[in-house]
Amino acid sequence: MPNMIEALDVMKAFGEHRGDAIVTTSGTAGRHWSDVSTNERRDVSLGGVMGGTTPSALGLALGLPDEKVVLFDSEGALLMNLGVLATIAGKKPKNFFHFLLDNECYATTGGQPVPNAQEIDYAGMAKSAGYKSTHSFDDLEDFVTNVGRIMEEEGPVFISVKIVPEVQNLPISMRERRPGRSRMETIRTLQEELGISTG
Amino acid sequence: MVQEQAAVLKPETMIEEFEKNGVTHVVTIPDSETNYLYELMLEQPWLDVVPISREGEGMGVALGLNAAGKVPVVLIQNTGMMESGDSIRGMALDAGFPLVLVIGYRGWTRRGKTPDTAARYTEPFLNAFGINYYFVENDADGSRISDAFEEARSTRRPVAVLIGDEYHGFNR
Repeated sequence: MPNMIEALDVMKAFGEHRGDAIVTTSGTAGRHWSDVSTNERRDVSLGGVMGGTTPSALGLALGLPDEKVVLFDSEGALLMNLGVLATIAGKKPKNFFHFLLDNECYATTGGQPVPNAQEIDYAGMAKSAGYKSTHSFDDLEDFVTNVGRIMEEEGPVFISVKIVPEVQNLPISMRERRPGRSRMETIRTLQEELGISTG
Repeated sequence: MVQEQAAVLKPETMIEEFEKNGVTHVVTIPDSETNYLYELMLEQPWLDVVPISREGEGMGVALGLNAAGKVPVVLIQNTGMMESGDSIRGMALDAGFPLVLVIGYRGWTRRGKTPDTAARYTEPFLNAFGINYYFVENDADGSRISDAFEEARSTRRPVAVLIGDEYHGFNR
C-alpha cells in the first residue's frame, strides 16, 4: 500500500535538488512552496486565471533557455486547458520541468472531484502529447529516491504526483491570508536577479 | 479591382513592423486568412513562432516571455480573442505589461452591416475591456502598427491592432 503523499513533503524533497531553478506554482497545494524555498528571488508568481500559470511558465522557459524552469501545477488547473500539453511538447523546451500535484479534487472550493478524478493518467497524457520524459508517483519514498535524477533529465519533463487533498471549506473572506509578494513584484525581483532589462 | 489589389496589406509590412519594434516571439493560432503571414514568420531568423492550442493560452505565454525580457505579440482571430476574455483580463490587463494583440477582423466589411457576429461583437468586446485599438486595412495604414506598439509600451497595457483586410487576408 503506497504512503499517501503530502504536498509539503513533495516540495521539501524537490527543494533538496532545486539548485538555481526558477520555480512557479499554482493551485492550493502550491502555496507550500513559500514555506520551503530558500531562494525567494527565483520564485515567481505568474497566475491570474485558473489554468493561466501553465502557459506562463512555458513562456518563461522559452524566454530563458539557459535557466531551469519548474512549475508545480494542479490537475484542476491543467484540466482547464489540456491543449497546453501539446503546446509545451511542440516547443520542446529542454529546461522545463512540469510537476503536477494531483489531489483529484477542487480543494479550494470544498473538495468536489474533478471530472473522472481517479481514472485519469496525466503522465500518460503528457507522454502521448510528446513530452520528452514522463513520471508518475503515488509513493513518497519512490519520489524522494528519484526526484534528483529527474531534475537532471532533458525537458520537457512531466512528473505527476498523487497527493492528499487539503480541502478548504471556509468562505474565502474567512480564510487565513498569507502575506505574499504581488505578481509584478516577483517578476521584477526575478528580472533584477537575472539582469533582465525591460526598458 | 485594380484599386482593391493596390489596397492590400502585405504580410511583409507586418513583418517589417514587428522587426522595427523589436518583436522576438509571435504567439499564435493560424487562421484561414493568415496562412502566408505564418509561412513568412517562420522564415525570419530573428523571430520565434509559438503555436498554441487555444487562444487563451496566448496571454499567459506572452506574460512569461515578457517576464523573461522578450517582446511577444499575440496573433489571433477575433473569435479567439473573445474566447480569451478572462485570460485577457487576468493575464494581460491585470498583469500590466506591454502587449500588442494583432486581431484578424473576421467578418469585417466596409460595405455596411456584416452578417458575421464575430465582426459585430469585436469592437464592443474591446471597448468593454477598455482596450484601445488601431484599425489597419492596407499598407498605407502600416505605421499604425508602430503606433500600437508605442502605446503599449507607454501605458504597459494590451493594445489591439485590428486587421480588416477583407479582400486579401495575408494569403497569396
